[in-house]
Amino acid sequence: MSSSLDARLVVERPGQTTRAGFRLDLALHAAPGEVIALLGPNGAGKSTALRALAGLLPLTAGHLRLDGTTLEDPGTGVHTPAEARPVGVVFQDYLLFPHLSALDNVAFGPRCRGLGKRASREAARPWLERMGLTEHAQARPGALSGGQAQRVALARALAVHPRLLLLDEPLAALDARTRLDVRSQLRRHLREFEAVAVLVTHDPLDAMVLADRLVVIEDGREVQSGTPAEIARHPRTDYIARLVGLNLYQGTAAGHTVTLPDGGPVLTTTEELTGPAFVAFPPAAVTLHRTRPDSSARNVWQLEVAGLDLHGDQVRVDLTGPLPMAADLTPAAAAELDLAPGGLVWAAVKATQTHAYPA
Amino acid sequence: MTPARPVHRRAPFALLLPALLGLAFLVLPLVGLLIRAPWSDLPRQLTTPEVWEALRLSLVCATAATGLSLLLGVPLAWLLARTEFPGRRFVRALVTLPLVLPPVVGGVALLLVLGRNGIFGRWLDSAFGITLPFHTSGVVLAEAFVAMPFLVISVEGALRAADPRYEEAAATLGASRLTAFRRVTLPLIAPGIAAGSVLAWARALGEFGATITFAGNFPGTTQTMPLAVYLAMESEPEAAIALSLVLLTVSIAVLAGLRGRWMSGS
Repeated sequence: MSSSLDARLVVERPGQTTRAGFRLDLALHAAPGEVIALLGPNGAGKSTALRALAGLLPLTAGHLRLDGTTLEDPGTGVHTPAEARPVGVVFQDYLLFPHLSALDNVAFGPRCRGLGKRASREAARPWLERMGLTEHAQARPGALSGGQAQRVALARALAVHPRLLLLDEPLAALDARTRLDVRSQLRRHLREFEAVAVLVTHDPLDAMVLADRLVVIEDGREVQSGTPAEIARHPRTDYIARLVGLNLYQGTAAGHTVTLPDGGPVLTTTEELTGPAFVAFPPAAVTLHRTRPDSSARNVWQLEVAGLDLHGDQVRVDLTGPLPMAADLTPAAAAELDLAPGGLVWAAVKATQTHAYPA
Repeated sequence: MTPARPVHRRAPFALLLPALLGLAFLVLPLVGLLIRAPWSDLPRQLTTPEVWEALRLSLVCATAATGLSLLLGVPLAWLLARTEFPGRRFVRALVTLPLVLPPVVGGVALLLVLGRNGIFGRWLDSAFGITLPFHTSGVVLAEAFVAMPFLVISVEGALRAADPRYEEAAATLGASRLTAFRRVTLPLIAPGIAAGSVLAWARALGEFGATITFAGNFPGTTQTMPLAVYLAMESEPEAAIALSLVLLTVSIAVLAGLRGRWMSGS
């Protein structure tokens, strides 16, 4: 496998009287241009993994190779310190240097890598421009809004031309409104980024929108990995079923409808949008019927049952067809519908149950 | 339910009386100084060459001692706040020792180490011809010895309050530990360094015991203001009062400078 990120991160923290010991053992592989999301509950080891990748926390065992270069291997005693790694980090609360302007924050990395004062500022300016922050170049971080600070942090991390971009809960510090905007901008910037990006989040929606591949971790171990759709449709544990309970589609919005690519199905939504958009709805919002329902639901498709899984007191149904999706229903309802793999069923989703937002 | 009402309760007499006595005890001597000051004669008293010499020497030495404390004390504070090494708590206790040590003892100790016959002093004298005691540089050393702990404690506190993750952020951007310290940590703790410097400077300005023991009392070379005050008390009390007024003014200025940083407890 010629992936540009090839890592097995083992970090052990011995137990102390005040807290139990912890062991992270996580294998990560990624190709250039791939965005990986580490998803898991608090204390699962997501941030530990990120700090280990950045070189802020030494590995106990395992290895870390980037573009074929070994950055760390406790077995052979190789440890490249954080300042010598081609890694950029966007910290959870950004950690912008409060005494430097936005421009000088972005210029900090180029300056540390040998450029003079003038040259480093010239190198920083295009990054601020790309983030749409030209007029805030001289502003101190304290004077920036949450969304602007997030973009400065991203510009600062990208300005050192990292081969590995790490983002720790990049949207957690933002309020709900800003979050939508910043998420779609971040998604665009990650699409343009040509190297590997790893982001840590506890928010499944962020993970599904931003990442090509999810790695769900619990107690320091991977419990499942795959594309967002794969994981949503085949959750391996009850926890994942609850966590990644979301059907997510990308298409083009025009008014109250979103058309999926290549003449795909059209979804009706309550939000009015134009241009590239996401539509999401939880599996519990899907109702299944033996015959075509003549209710007011506009979003109705005939789909094929691909699989059934019992998770807790819910059955998750994997449906394929024009609009592949996951649906949750009670075991009783599943029995009543006589669902079986290969069978055809009508799936309906009310427009009010969907959520559309710009991509 | 009775509505909440601010309750004005009289302070008990047994607490009020000693409190007022204590206040008077602290304030009255300073008032006395102002009352007994030879105001009409003050300009003449303060413009004698001896006074100017002592004042100039005091300012130069206190500033040099503060500079020396900054040069050595800030890295020492960083070591105490940001690194782990065996015996760190013990080292920290050693650093704070001069805070509680009688300054005279400090002077004696300095003399034993750096005096002409001292452990290092002998070697400095024979190898470089450098004699520290009874020389202006001796004043600076004696003052730095008692003043530096103030700076170290203040800067260490500022470092502990500063988020070390800023240094991590700097590291991920390619900054070595030294660069991160210089370009990120130092600006972040600048207010703490300023406060510590002012405290150290004020302490150095008033230094008496260590200075007179280690550096002696030679007008023009080692006789600082506090020494001049002490000496003047014997021969010319009027001059001593005038000099004391100058030091009091400087102290009030320092207090005003620190106000809002440390005096804003209320």
